[in-house]
Amino acid sequence: MTAPQTPDSNPRRAFIAAAGAGVAGLGFTVIAPGLHLMAVGEANAAEARKAGTAASPAVRWGLLIDANKCAPGCTKCIDACHTENGVSEKLPDPRQNSQWIRKIELVDKRNGRVTQLPMMCQHCAEPPCVDVCPTGASMKRADGIVLVDRHTCIGCRYCMMACPYKARSFVHAPLTQQNPEVPRGQGCVESCTLCVHRVDKGQQPACVESCPEGAMVFGDLNDPASDIAKRIASVPTTQVRADLRLNQGVRYQGL
Amino acid sequence: MKLLRILVTIFATLVAVSPAPTLAGEGDRTPKPVIEIANPGKCVAPPEEMRRNHMEMLKHQRDRSLRQGIRGEPASLNACIECHASKKTGSVLGKGDFCESCHSYAAVKLDCWDCHQPKAGFKATGVKP
Repeated sequence: MTAPQTPDSNPRRAFIAAAGAGVAGLGFTVIAPGLHLMAVGEANAAEARKAGTAASPAVRWGLLIDANKCAPGCTKCIDACHTENGVSEKLPDPRQNSQWIRKIELVDKRNGRVTQLPMMCQHCAEPPCVDVCPTGASMKRADGIVLVDRHTCIGCRYCMMACPYKARSFVHAPLTQQNPEVPRGQGCVESCTLCVHRVDKGQQPACVESCPEGAMVFGDLNDPASDIAKRIASVPTTQVRADLRLNQGVRYQGL
Repeated sequence: MKLLRILVTIFATLVAVSPAPTLAGEGDRTPKPVIEIANPGKCVAPPEEMRRNHMEMLKHQRDRSLRQGIRGEPASLNACIECHASKKTGSVLGKGDFCESCHSYAAVKLDCWDCHQPKAGFKATGVKP
């Protein structure tokens, strides 16, 4: 008669349990011992944050845009952004329409070289829009995404003045066609949210997903294993108006 | 002094004979709010608590969701309209619809829907720039 064994005292069982726990943490599912179901093709997708947990300051979301790949005349990122965020108003004065993202064309007059690039909120680490906001509506989330809290925004547009990138827009007319996940309305300032509602679900921003040239990479700048951090470590990238020392989360390649 | 005593007596008599205050809407002359729930089911809290505290619940939740990024909280405006948007208009804001009905009755202005989408299952479309 042997003494009853606790599960841990059986070395073979302990090994299997440990192996199972190890692979579960890496995103594998054990079908049978030695047979693992692996998730493939999701390597770049961020993991959806669990319900009830706050955005982590350990993460810093960023975007790397390759201006060399950005095709002239292509507006896929703008279309995708405006569809995703329900930006659909056409005002009598087109200068009053919201622009969450716009295409910019740079021409070097000396040699005629043309560079295209999408420009949007640069999600600065030291955002001037947050500094100047009189109500605290302009804010930076712990994971580096700069947002407008429309609940406290009074529409003074001081942040629009402070932003060096002209990234923010003011909503001039009443809206009815909002995306349920992207509330926006008259009298508030708004800008690119880095598709925060998608990022929180573990998806990529709409512009990144729509780019046919693959010119945009989204990811965690703080994670050395992420695609974006590896690219930034290996190729020369620039922050637009780096002289302002705002440490933007949106970086450009080929400028 | 005598005059004052008379006045006080008259006032006390008036207070004594006036009927107890009734709830507005109990008589036929005042219209009651219509409360129709399109998809009845389990709400996040009992009706008594929802009636008193829905604004507080939503207010605290909105700050946590937006500022801290906490998702999947029980109180959510989008979750409200999934059950409460009327089947006729698809909205909570049409005449006699869930939010509009009580808020117009209580004369409390609704700001939520200036920015939030009042229609359940709404698909936004964008335009080319």
